[in-house]
Amino acid sequence: MLGKLDWDAIPLHEPIALITAVTVVVVVLAVLGWITVRGHWRYLWNEWITSVDHKRLGVMYFLLGLVMLIRGFADAIMMRAHQAMAYNAPGYLEPDHYNQIFSAHGTIMIFFTAMPFMIGLMNFVMPLQIGARDVAFPTLNSVSFWLTAAGVALINVSLGVGVFSRAGWLAYPPLSELRFSPDVGVDYYLWSLQISGVGTLMTGINLVTTVLKMRAPGMRLTRMPIFCWTTLASNLLIVAAFPILTATFAMLLLDRYLGFHFFTKEAGGNPMMYVNLIWAWGHPEVYILILPAFGIFSEVISTFSGKPLFGYRSMIVATMAICVLSFMVWLHHFFTMGAGADVNAFFGIMTMIISVPTGVKVFNWLFTMYGGRVRFTSPVLWTIGFMITFVIGGMTGVLMAIPPADFVLHNSLFLVAHFHNVVIGGVVFGALAGYVFWFPKAFGFRLHEGWGKATFWFWLVGFYVAFMPLYALGLMGMTRRMQHYDVAAWQPWLVVAMFGAVLIFFGIACLVIQLVVSIRQRGRLHDTTGDPWDGRSLEWITPSPPPAFNFAVLPNVQGEEAYWGLKQGALRAGALPDLPAYEAIHLPRNSPTGFVTAFFAVVLGFAMIWHIWWLAILGLIGAFTGFVVFAWRDKEEYAVPVDEVAAHDARHRAARDVLLHSGVRA
Amino acid sequence: MSAVAAFPDPNRLGRLDAETVADEQGPAPKRIVVGYGFWIFLLSDFIMFSAFFAAYAVLNGATADGPAGHELFDLRNVAIETVCLLLSSFTCGMASLAVSVRSPVWTQIALLATGLLGLVFVILEVAEFHTLVVAGNGPQRSAFLSAFFTLVGCHGVHVTAGGLWLGTMMAQFFFKGFNETLLRRFMCFSLFWHALDIIWVAIFTIVYLMGAFT
Repeated sequence: MLGKLDWDAIPLHEPIALITAVTVVVVVLAVLGWITVRGHWRYLWNEWITSVDHKRLGVMYFLLGLVMLIRGFADAIMMRAHQAMAYNAPGYLEPDHYNQIFSAHGTIMIFFTAMPFMIGLMNFVMPLQIGARDVAFPTLNSVSFWLTAAGVALINVSLGVGVFSRAGWLAYPPLSELRFSPDVGVDYYLWSLQISGVGTLMTGINLVTTVLKMRAPGMRLTRMPIFCWTTLASNLLIVAAFPILTATFAMLLLDRYLGFHFFTKEAGGNPMMYVNLIWAWGHPEVYILILPAFGIFSEVISTFSGKPLFGYRSMIVATMAICVLSFMVWLHHFFTMGAGADVNAFFGIMTMIISVPTGVKVFNWLFTMYGGRVRFTSPVLWTIGFMITFVIGGMTGVLMAIPPADFVLHNSLFLVAHFHNVVIGGVVFGALAGYVFWFPKAFGFRLHEGWGKATFWFWLVGFYVAFMPLYALGLMGMTRRMQHYDVAAWQPWLVVAMFGAVLIFFGIACLVIQLVVSIRQRGRLHDTTGDPWDGRSLEWITPSPPPAFNFAVLPNVQGEEAYWGLKQGALRAGALPDLPAYEAIHLPRNSPTGFVTAFFAVVLGFAMIWHIWWLAILGLIGAFTGFVVFAWRDKEEYAVPVDEVAAHDARHRAARDVLLHSGVRA
Repeated sequence: MSAVAAFPDPNRLGRLDAETVADEQGPAPKRIVVGYGFWIFLLSDFIMFSAFFAAYAVLNGATADGPAGHELFDLRNVAIETVCLLLSSFTCGMASLAVSVRSPVWTQIALLATGLLGLVFVILEVAEFHTLVVAGNGPQRSAFLSAFFTLVGCHGVHVTAGGLWLGTMMAQFFFKGFNETLLRRFMCFSLFWHALDIIWVAIFTIVYLMGAFT
């Protein structure tokens, strides 16, 4: 009846896992209880859960990433503490549990922290920047988000019911095959990523179509802000790479569930094919994450330097070059597998070539600052911190692109230090810069600057203290994922690294405090004009927060930096442009389709993990029924009447008019 | 200049300048957006198949002392399957014509024919798989057979899903008539159905023909 599921699945004999699971359950129940007591369910259901508004979905994506950042960081600091004390000692984590923790840490940080951060920002910002009312397929967007949330739900269920994978964040076979990982851990991994992967793929399709087909009149491709370009490149990569991940995981699932022999050691299976396939997705994936961050830094640095971005066209070329080249370097993740000197040399050289467009970008950012009046707000601090950190990380990457050097450094802590250097210094810094930069647009008030700067400094210093020792340890020969070790010289470095992790903990604490303080002081931090930073692109022409329809009338774009041009025109004329001719606006209706689909996806995933076949069939039928019900709907849209649009715009114009005549800026 | 504008290039009559369409006029109409998005989905689906094709190519020789393709494939069966699928594409095209002249009866007839041909295809494929499994040549036998069953089966799953979609759409045409949403959906369906043919042509060539003659 319940497949493999029984009471043994609850970790009653493992105190750490049990306490964690109980805490999570208590927190979740407390939140749900609070919502019930305060009577917020109706609001949540109508305004958020069923919302198909790209702005709401973007906010929910980001929030999901923030929550999972804390979960992933808890894993990280547990590992740092463990390694700091595991010299000739067992530490405090059982080997079995330790392996689950490093697997969960990587999986969560890439798929459920970095991805929701970036997809959230792209979702929120890009349609505003191209002057669109929403993405191309709003309901599909909601389905994508909720499928990602379904993956998150499944991976967190593994805390309390059963175990998680012990096979690392990419689950290499043959270790991840049934023979060596017979329990449900790898299945949790596969199903949660398979489900959220479908969501990501649909986001890719959605956002590519949006950029290419939904731009406002006059918004030529070469007038788009760079963030839109990097969004386009990133989502093209999603469309091209995620199907490979889906296929690869499908093969591993078939091996595990039906005894196929894709990657087994028997009957001709080929584990090395898995390594190739997973990295054919995996390397584009790192650019899927970093390209939007590059876009964020471009927006931030140009806005706060008060200058147009230096080398706009070269930035586009560099972005698209990275987009193409990112598919030609995957083999550098396994030079040691034995593809031969010629193949290794080719991929080594390709890897060095891909750093060239990145270098172009760094110089463009530097030259944007040069001669500008740079305002050192926290987004700028994140950007400068990124430029220094990312260049260091990039150089250690180029170092490892040399195959002979890689043979020495492969799978050592040097590698771990390298990819944290680029992912934290690039993706996390970028996400947090974008968070501070666009928060006022989303909520109508700025974030507290003092706590923002404290967040930055703790993260920056914490990062260096935590990861520079790992470079040294890697050169001293320490390999990754060690549960215990017997080299006395390593321990001091690991203690320092743990101290760095504590600093990052303070950084995360400041991040949370900043949010709380800002909400409490939202009156003082209020953004009345919709343009708190003297911005240059179209999102700043809307009020903060923007109405559901984004723009009262679609802007008519005349050149690069669409909003800056309009603003300067208004300043010269001493008046806002004439009243436009308003029209009624048609918007997509809210839909519970995404939530319902995700619910059945969780049911399906859970049932498959535990081999509860009848429940899996039920989940499939439920999902199909939900699909048909959605397809059967008659009213897709509702209209916002002309009067309402006009009244809304009148209020916004009044706020702008005050500013224009007070002479500060338009 | 004005003379040039008054007499546009005859080779471009009826076609707006690409940049004008895409950029100056603002967002594309919904029909374009939906079709475009669906094309991108199809491209991503092709990439997924290409991963299965790659796996098949790698594992083609990994028969683990079991049978190879030329000992297993029944080209007569495959030929019938191919004819069914190609004919179903033809009837799908007929359905497009029926939809464009808004003929409910012929739309249903053509869609029904499409669905039935698809069903025959799936039944033949299942029968082929059944024969192989019963003879002990199931996907568990060797890596080659794993890759074969997955690649061909993935296409079969697509045809089956297309059949479910087709049935749903027939019901919607019956109850709702030809509304804009359904017309767009039908356009996507026919794209999907023809795309499956392209995949099948590749499977037919690479798996069956090249397998049977090597």
